[in-house]
Amino acid sequence: MAFWKRKKEDAYISLGLNRPPTAEEEAIAQQPDAQQERNLYAEPEGQEGFFDRFKQAVAATRESLSEKIESVVGGKRRIDASVLDQLEEALIGADIGVQTSLEIIEKARQQVNRNQLDDLYELKRLIKDELREILLATGRNRRQGTVASEAEVPLDIKPYILLIVGVNGVGKTTTIGKLAHRIKSEGNEVMICAADTFRAAANDQLAIWAERSGVPLIQQKPGTDPSAVLYDSIGAARARNADVLIVDTAGRLHTKTNLMQELEKMRRVAGRDIEGAPHEVLLIIDAVTGQNGLEQARHFTRAVPVTGLVLTKLDGTAKGGIVIAIAKELGIPIRYVGIGEKINDLVEFSPEAYIESLFD
Amino acid sequence: MFEALSDKLRKVLKDLRGQGRLTEAHIEAAMREIRIALLEADVNYQVVKSFVDRVKEKALGQEVIGTLAPAQQVVKTVYDEMVEMLGGTSTQLLFTRRTPNVVMMVGLQGSGKTTTTGKLAKLLAESQHRRPLLLSVDVYRPAARQQLSIIANAIGQRTFEAPDINDPLELCRQAVRECQLTGYDTLLIDTAGRLHIDQELMDELQQIKRETSPMEILFIADAMTGQDAVRSAQQFHEQVGVTGIILTKMEGDTRGGAALSIKEVTGQPIKFIGVGERYDAIEAFYPDRIAQRILGMGDVLSLIEKVQSEVDEDKARELQEKLARDKFSLEDFRDQLRQMKRLGSLDKLMDMLPSGLFGGMKMTSEQTAEIEQKLKLTEAIIDSMTPAERRDHEILNASRRKRIARGSGTSVQEVNQMVNEYTEMRRMMRMMTSGGLGGMLGGLGGGLPGFGGGRRRKATKRRKKKKKH
Repeated sequence: MAFWKRKKEDAYISLGLNRPPTAEEEAIAQQPDAQQERNLYAEPEGQEGFFDRFKQAVAATRESLSEKIESVVGGKRRIDASVLDQLEEALIGADIGVQTSLEIIEKARQQVNRNQLDDLYELKRLIKDELREILLATGRNRRQGTVASEAEVPLDIKPYILLIVGVNGVGKTTTIGKLAHRIKSEGNEVMICAADTFRAAANDQLAIWAERSGVPLIQQKPGTDPSAVLYDSIGAARARNADVLIVDTAGRLHTKTNLMQELEKMRRVAGRDIEGAPHEVLLIIDAVTGQNGLEQARHFTRAVPVTGLVLTKLDGTAKGGIVIAIAKELGIPIRYVGIGEKINDLVEFSPEAYIESLFD
Repeated sequence: MFEALSDKLRKVLKDLRGQGRLTEAHIEAAMREIRIALLEADVNYQVVKSFVDRVKEKALGQEVIGTLAPAQQVVKTVYDEMVEMLGGTSTQLLFTRRTPNVVMMVGLQGSGKTTTTGKLAKLLAESQHRRPLLLSVDVYRPAARQQLSIIANAIGQRTFEAPDINDPLELCRQAVRECQLTGYDTLLIDTAGRLHIDQELMDELQQIKRETSPMEILFIADAMTGQDAVRSAQQFHEQVGVTGIILTKMEGDTRGGAALSIKEVTGQPIKFIGVGERYDAIEAFYPDRIAQRILGMGDVLSLIEKVQSEVDEDKARELQEKLARDKFSLEDFRDQLRQMKRLGSLDKLMDMLPSGLFGGMKMTSEQTAEIEQKLKLTEAIIDSMTPAERRDHEILNASRRKRIARGSGTSVQEVNQMVNEYTEMRRMMRMMTSGGLGGMLGGLGGGLPGFGGGRRRKATKRRKKKKKH
């Protein structure tokens, strides 16, 4: 599951380690539990699988698409205009985006007119397939669970740098706390760089998360140039031989040119120190975000090479459909989903689970 | 902020203008476009539906009145309906003589409650002469209470501190007592961000409400919210009873359709909008102005008000006189640049001006950044002049110009260009003041020619290209 892994012998990767396992760890790895956890979609007995947790979280969205559709159809087997309208509302209502929604509905409408589609079940399948296709296409761009340029990343790159970006209030700091915990629990030395030197008490908030996940935090006083904090952190991470450095950044609206330039500078500073850094740039998107999310993604990708999305606050009623529009236009894969306030509430994104939860 | 929506509506209605007479089919076509534009602006699906139906009905049933062209009438109908939807009239916060008046801030996580609490406290203290005490009852999010303390410090207001107490209700009780004992007349409570489906926390909000009987319960909403805005606003309204709305992050490029949705489902007025990260970046919400902006009429009124509050009136009048007498020196020019800076970023200023003012030209943020950079250079050049030079640019000979270029880190060409632009600008301003437009824009006048400079430079570039071919 560890996407930041470089090419290693398979056995190391399966244990989520950067080094050969010790005898003790090997023994643990042999236990059935550890083996099972490796399987994404298998559900370990007596313990909730992440697929389930994901579904539960999304199911909190009280009226699902299919309930809505069911209520219009009300026993009708034939598909008429009102069904399509309702479907359009459901798609737009999930923030999937007007353009994408209208395209999908138009496709369905054509098939209905040509009498190729007359069954509600078929209609639902068509829509699911369309959505799945969009999400899987991004997965094909970047093989799931890997880095795009994995083959090129030399083995001795340390630290592996993860830059976390997004507009204000989407949950960057919280996500970093959860992410640090995740990566550390896979057996990596993780460090956090507090480069949000602007917002009041950002450092304090991050410090609490760092403590929870037991990860060292590199910080300086508020108002420092974030690039300087980053530079120092890279030095510190090198000195301590850390595997992964997670970099928090201040929330910024994508329309503020100077702040986007600041982000570019951070990229340059990281890249000058370590070739290919930042190796991952995760853009955090709040599930309640509407069409502006697409604009955010466009601007951020212009400033820094965004390699993945994290969809946060999916435990509310918002469905975060804007990520589908982003995936469609920019081909950025969705990496993680935030489903709560606890340290374990960050799960890997599964297109299947996401689409199924929209419908079931 | 609503540019894209107004662009679309303008385009549609321009198509309508092309028609000699307005038929039902024309209205249908326009409404289809308006519908898509509103949906893309994140206005809720149901809200769009009822809005479009209302406008259609009114537009169809109307008789064509005297001087108005039928197309203009549709614009007016759309505009009126939008103003009505956004709230009709502007509303201020209500206060009584009781001590303290409690204002509760509620909303989803990340909507900007804590920052807005600070901004509101500053606004109330400075322009309404209130004595606010700030209280954070967010005992859940790490460092939430520190965040409010730091903000309060920055704006020179006090927070109620009781780090040992972790019970929101007890915090409220003690803070109210503190207000009564020490004479703070307003208590601003920053509550924990929560999902509207989190019943436990909703109960907590209800308890706080019972405990403090607030005058105002303000729902803080992110202007970038999508379709879900309706659901969260409705839930908060049903559970705790919202009395007003503050929209945050309005300085971005969001089309802000959430404003219309939230207003429609709660029926409560939008009282303020947050327009930046500085603690004074909060403004009253004027539905008519925003609706004008949506329709591309610009927000000249807001701008003028801002100019008036920031620019020293006497100075502005003095300037006007100087302009009229053609004594606008480089020193005055620099004053103007500085005053403009105090107004905030160019982006924001441009937002408030009607798009027609610059011949429908729209500037991207890159362009405004370029201009801002240029203004900075201009200021540096003027700074490098002697007072005598600033008073009379005619004495600037070659050696003086060389010295100024060295002093300001620019080239002689840049100095020449700046001086040329300044003389050009003086001529333009003379024309403006005699024309009357200058009077309208008052102190802002100094900034406008800066844009002219930018455009002129582009024009020469184009000419150069042509020569090459």
